Amino acid sequence: MNWISDFVRPKIKKASPKELSDNLWTKCPECGQMLFNKELEKDFYVCSFCGHHLRLPVLKRLQMLFDDGKYRALSLPKLQDDPLNFKDSKKYTDRLRSYRKLSGRDDAIVVAYGEIGGIKAVVAILDFSFMGGSMGTAVGEGIVRGAEFALKTKSPFIAISASGGARMQEGILSLMQMARTTAAINQLKEKGFPYISVMTDPTTGGVSASFAMLGDINIAEKGSVIGFAGARVIEQTIREQLPEGFQKAEYLQAHGMVDIVVNRTELRDKLIKILKLLLNR
Amino acid sequence: MEKSNTVNLDFEKTIAEVEEKILHLKDIELGDGVNIDGEITRLRQKSERLLKQLYSKLTPWQKTLVARHPDRPHSIDYINLLIEDFENLSGDRCFADDLAIIGGLGKFNGRSVVVIGQEKGRDLETRVKHNFGMAKPEGYRKVQRLMDIADKFNLPVIAFVDTSGAFPGVEAEERGQAQAIASCIERCLKLKVPFVSVVIGEGGSGGAIAVATANRIIMLEHSIYSVISPEGCASILWRSADKVKEATEALCLTAQDLRRLGVIDEIVAEPTGGAQRHREEAIKRVGMAVARHLKELENQSGEELKRRRTEKFLKMGRHLAKSE
Ligand SMILES: [Zn+2]
Repeated sequence: MNWISDFVRPKIKKASPKELSDNLWTKCPECGQMLFNKELEKDFYVCSFCGHHLRLPVLKRLQMLFDDGKYRALSLPKLQDDPLNFKDSKKYTDRLRSYRKLSGRDDAIVVAYGEIGGIKAVVAILDFSFMGGSMGTAVGEGIVRGAEFALKTKSPFIAISASGGARMQEGILSLMQMARTTAAINQLKEKGFPYISVMTDPTTGGVSASFAMLGDINIAEKGSVIGFAGARVIEQTIREQLPEGFQKAEYLQAHGMVDIVVNRTELRDKLIKILKLLLNR
Repeated sequence: MEKSNTVNLDFEKTIAEVEEKILHLKDIELGDGVNIDGEITRLRQKSERLLKQLYSKLTPWQKTLVARHPDRPHSIDYINLLIEDFENLSGDRCFADDLAIIGGLGKFNGRSVVVIGQEKGRDLETRVKHNFGMAKPEGYRKVQRLMDIADKFNLPVIAFVDTSGAFPGVEAEERGQAQAIASCIERCLKLKVPFVSVVIGEGGSGGAIAVATANRIIMLEHSIYSVISPEGCASILWRSADKVKEATEALCLTAQDLRRLGVIDEIVAEPTGGAQRHREEAIKRVGMAVARHLKELENQSGEELKRRRTEKFLKMGRHLAKSE
C-alpha cells in the first residue's frame, strides 16, 4: 500500500479587499499585541510577543505534524444526521448545515494518516470551530475508524482534542460515544500499539472524561484548559474564586494527570521522540 | 401490594385530593349505623384509577420529577432487600472513601456478587453524607478497585445508577475527575465477568456511564438517563432556566426513548403510581430482571463477555445514512 500518494491542500477562499484588510492582523487575546497574520501562520499561531497559543486551524496542524506537510485524509462514512430530531432555538439540522458550509467538512473531526518522523501514524483531530468540537456520533465514528485503521495498518494512533464535551443535540447517543471511543482505544492499546493523546485548548467534559485522558502518553499544549466540569459550573457550586491557573495544562501536570506539557512549536519533535522511544526505533 | 407513604408531586394534585378525603373519612367520628367502608373503598379505587391514568402518560418532565422523587427506593434499599450478607467495602486505596458510591460483596440469589450503587441519601444528614450522590474521583476509583476483585474471584457485577452527575468541584478536578471517569469506563469494558447495570432513578451524564458500561443496561419505567441535566441543557442551549420542560422533551431521556434508540436492553415496569409508592414491589421487580439477565450471561466465557460488551458499545450510535 502506498502511504502517501497525494497531498491535501486546505482550500483557500478568495477574499474581498475589505476582508483582506480585516484579515491582515490578529490581536493576541493574551497580551493585546497586533500580530501580522502571515507571520502568525508561520509561527503556528503562537504569539511572538508573549508565547500565547491561539487556536490552530485543524488543517494547519496536520500540515505542521506530518513530514513535509503531507498526509491523506481517511474518508469517514456518512451517518444519519440528527438522530433525535433535536430543536432548541434553532433546528440541529440547520446548525449542522451552517457549520458544514462554514468549514467545508461534515463534522468536528478529521482523521488523517501519513508519516511523522518517518513513522507511519494515524491522527484524529477535533475541530473546535465546528460546534465547539463537540462529540456526537460522527466524532465518535471518527475516533473508532481512526483507531481501527491504526490497528489495521499497525500504526500508532494520535488523538488531538479540542472540545467542549459531548454534543447535547444528540442526547444520550453523544454520552454513549464516551464508552464507544474508549472501547475503540482499548482494542488498540491491548494489541500493543501506541496511543498518544494530545490535549489542546480546550479539552473538557465528555471528551476529557473518555479517550482524551486515556493515552499511553498524555501530552497537553501549553496553557490549554483541560478538565471535566466547566469553570463556571464549579464557581456556582463552591461560590468562591477558583485557584490561580486552575484547569490549565500546567496545573494538570502538577496534579499528575498529564505526562508532558509542550510548546506547540515543539509538538512535532516531541511526538517523534516519544514514538521512537516507545517503538524502540 | 403494600403501599408506601409518599410525598405527592405537583402534578399529582388530583390524587392528593382523593387521598386527603380518605384520610378525612378515617378520622371523623361517625354516629351509629353509618358505614363508611364502602365509600373508602370507592375512593381508593378512584385514586388507583387516577394514578394509573396519570402514570400511563407522564411527560418527560414529569418523569424527571418522579425519577428524582426523594421517596424512590435508593441503592441502599436495593442492597438491603436483594443482597444477602452484604459486606460494605470502603475506600479507593489512594485517597478516601467516597460514600456517593457504595459497594461491596454479597449474595444475590445465593451467588456471590460485587455490588456497586450510587447513593443520593434521603434526608439532610444522609444527603450530606453521600454528597447528594455526586461522586468524586475517589468514588470512581473505588469502583475500579471493586471490579478488580470481581475479575479475580469471578464474581458478577451488579450496579445501581442514581446520580445527577459527577461532582463539579475544585478538589474533584484537582484529583482528576475526567481521568477517573475515563478509566472507570475503560475498567468496565475490561471486565471478564457478567455485568448488569440498572438505572433506578437518575442517570446523570459521565457520572452515570462510568458505572453503566455494562453487558446489559436496564432502566426502571420512570427513570431517566441523559447526557446533561435538563436544567443544564436549558441554560446552555436556550439560555433560560424557564425552558427546562422543552429541554427535557428535546433530550429524549426517558427509558422509553432510550429503548427506542437502542441504548438499553430492558425497561422494568413500575408499580402503579411509581416506585416511590410501592418500594418493595419495585425492588423485587428489578431483582427479577437482574437475575434473568445474569442467567443469560452466565454461560459466556470471560473473553466472550468482554468482547460482546466491547462490540455493543462500538455500535452505539452508528446509524449509517440510508443513501450509502
Ligand atoms: Zn501575546
